[in-house]
Amino acid sequence: MIGYLIRRVLGAIPLLLGILTIIFFIIHIAPGDPTARFVNPNVSPRVIEQMRHNLGLDQPLHIQYAKWLWNFIRGDFGYSFGMQQPIGQILKGWNGVLWNTLQLTLVALVMIFVVGMLVGIVQAVRQYSVADNVLSFVALFFYSMPSFWFALMLILLFSLKANQLMAAHPGWHWLGWFQFPASGMTSVGYEYMSFGGKVADRFKHIFLPAVALGIGNAAGVARYMRGSMLEVIHQDFIRTARAKGLSERTVIFKHALRNALIPIITLLGLYLPFLLSGAVLVETIFGWPGMGRAIVDAILQRDYPMVMATSFVIAAMVVLGNLLSDVLYAVVDPRIRTE
Amino acid sequence: MPATVTPEQLPPEPITQPAEAAPAGVPGRRPATRTEVLLSVVPGLGHLVRGEWVPGMILLLLWGFTLSLAFLTRAKIAAIFTARRLPVDALVAVVTLAVTALLLWGWAFRDLATRSRRPRRMHGDSQWSIAARHFRKNRLAIAGLVVMLLLYLVTLVTPLIAPFDPAEQGNIILSRYLAPSLQHLMGTDKFGRDIFSRVLYGARISLSIGFIAVGISITLGTLIGAFAGYFGGIVDSILMRFTDMMLSFPRLVLLIVVIALFEPSIYIVVIVLGLTGWMGTARLVRGEVLSLREREFVQAARALGMGDWRIIFRHVIPNTMAPVIVSATLGIGQTILTEASLSFLGLGVQAPTPSWGNMVADGRDALINAWWIATFPGIAIVLTVVAFNLLGDGLRDALDPRLRT
Repeated sequence: MIGYLIRRVLGAIPLLLGILTIIFFIIHIAPGDPTARFVNPNVSPRVIEQMRHNLGLDQPLHIQYAKWLWNFIRGDFGYSFGMQQPIGQILKGWNGVLWNTLQLTLVALVMIFVVGMLVGIVQAVRQYSVADNVLSFVALFFYSMPSFWFALMLILLFSLKANQLMAAHPGWHWLGWFQFPASGMTSVGYEYMSFGGKVADRFKHIFLPAVALGIGNAAGVARYMRGSMLEVIHQDFIRTARAKGLSERTVIFKHALRNALIPIITLLGLYLPFLLSGAVLVETIFGWPGMGRAIVDAILQRDYPMVMATSFVIAAMVVLGNLLSDVLYAVVDPRIRTE
Repeated sequence: MPATVTPEQLPPEPITQPAEAAPAGVPGRRPATRTEVLLSVVPGLGHLVRGEWVPGMILLLLWGFTLSLAFLTRAKIAAIFTARRLPVDALVAVVTLAVTALLLWGWAFRDLATRSRRPRRMHGDSQWSIAARHFRKNRLAIAGLVVMLLLYLVTLVTPLIAPFDPAEQGNIILSRYLAPSLQHLMGTDKFGRDIFSRVLYGARISLSIGFIAVGISITLGTLIGAFAGYFGGIVDSILMRFTDMMLSFPRLVLLIVVIALFEPSIYIVVIVLGLTGWMGTARLVRGEVLSLREREFVQAARALGMGDWRIIFRHVIPNTMAPVIVSATLGIGQTILTEASLSFLGLGVQAPTPSWGNMVADGRDALINAWWIATFPGIAIVLTVVAFNLLGDGLRDALDPRLRT
């Protein structure tokens, strides 16, 4: 197992280097320059030239690439042109963009699997019933929905309209349960809240983005879960379990579910690229200070070191996700382990 | 004695017998009379007289819709022939209308007229006709197909049905942010432009981008997958490592990086979407080719001395088409979603040209005052993608023998 893991990680290195190299050259060849925003009639061209020299942009491309590669291997991501900070600082820590995105994607991931699996189980147990058909269609609907549009609709209903209603009807306190903030990670007075208040505030802020990010994938998981569950339910050992008089609940949740989970578990890691793609849009809409927004801003500003660092983190997360799904597969299915 | 004989006890009939007897035995398959065929001068009427309500009503409604559209827009149609420069858009629309009307007519006639003839069952079913039979049973998939055809039809006749010019700004004070009404079915945006017309024109952009981009990525993916699978060895490892590499990066971010190279425009978006969407198809085709390569008919072709290229293009690739068609259909839906996301971020179709994505982005600023700006283009996206997904699922069920029930 450990040997396998090491081999996989080593195999991923050329993959990562390859994609990073492609991105390096594309983004450097692309027209535009990080110093472009300083160009104006009051700044002499010589200052701009000096700036380019200081940033190392006046050197030939292959030398810039070699320099970047050398620094990257030593773990030095460099200095963000746009944010004027070392990139390590921007990424790392409890306030770094990496953790912000991870929070969002992890909450979304949990939601995807809880909702998706529940819906899938209900559908499989009541195959061809009205509930099955309705849920199938609703799932397809959400699966086909653009996440950015769904995010806007969520903001419209649960933030803007809810605020309006609350202002119009001060007596309707229950509306508070359906009212969520439209952007940011915390409220203005977050620092002065009690611990419980802080947790509640964080939850309220993360709820809408996580729903917007996760709902499409949850519909996908529901589909897989239904198929996987149906396959298991028709097998002999389920009939045996029923025949020996076990309650339906035990049969479904203990005997069937555990076996149906095997193919589902592997999805856990494979959804990461989709979530990261979605995070670009959802973070932009909800003003969430995470990786997705950081990389788009960096690309648009031609903030080369930042583009490379965020690309690396994203690609590494995807590779780790794939690895995780393979490992989980081996953990839950002993037949794989022996190979 | 004969009364007790059950059908099972009868000797097996010769194979030609049931084929002749079947059309008469199946209810609703009775041969059409001459009057019924003649009644189909108005498509659908013949079916209605026979009591076949569903096809009759559909034919009648579509026919009526086409004719009334032509009648209602007669002023616009007349304008085509008097215009100084030939408006290609409108001409295409008129031709589409005429062709649709003719097709409906011909189909109604043919459907009834062939009922009286014995169906041709000379040789066994091909793989495709079996699939077609399974597909026809799937009502949801048919619905998806109908919606898809209607969407493409609408994109062709858009110049006739759009009530306003999509770029027409109207009176900026009086006609901006108008709520949906009879005059503006989906309201107006901040420049007073009619949302309904813009959604119709946006359909053209989104659907054609989806179609062309998927065409590119399917071609690329099939070629790469077929080469990798057929040649194996070093070619396979290089191509598949490259595929893995492309897959290890979220598509949207990759798209944003590549689009940074160019001024965003429709053509760039189409090409870039096509160039970043082939990986799934490549893997799929490679898997199929790996098993096809060892089959007898490929070995026979090789034994006959055919070249590798001929074997790949004439024998291997045609046999991988079933899953590729499914993935293309599902891919169009996904590509429309991705294009909308790019346009939403301002990196896809650029401002004056309406696309569903950039219309939603426009509506974002005025969400509370004018909900209709962002809502309707979004609904259009959802409907379109749902249609493609239904169609793709139906095709998958019909084309994959393991999924047929």
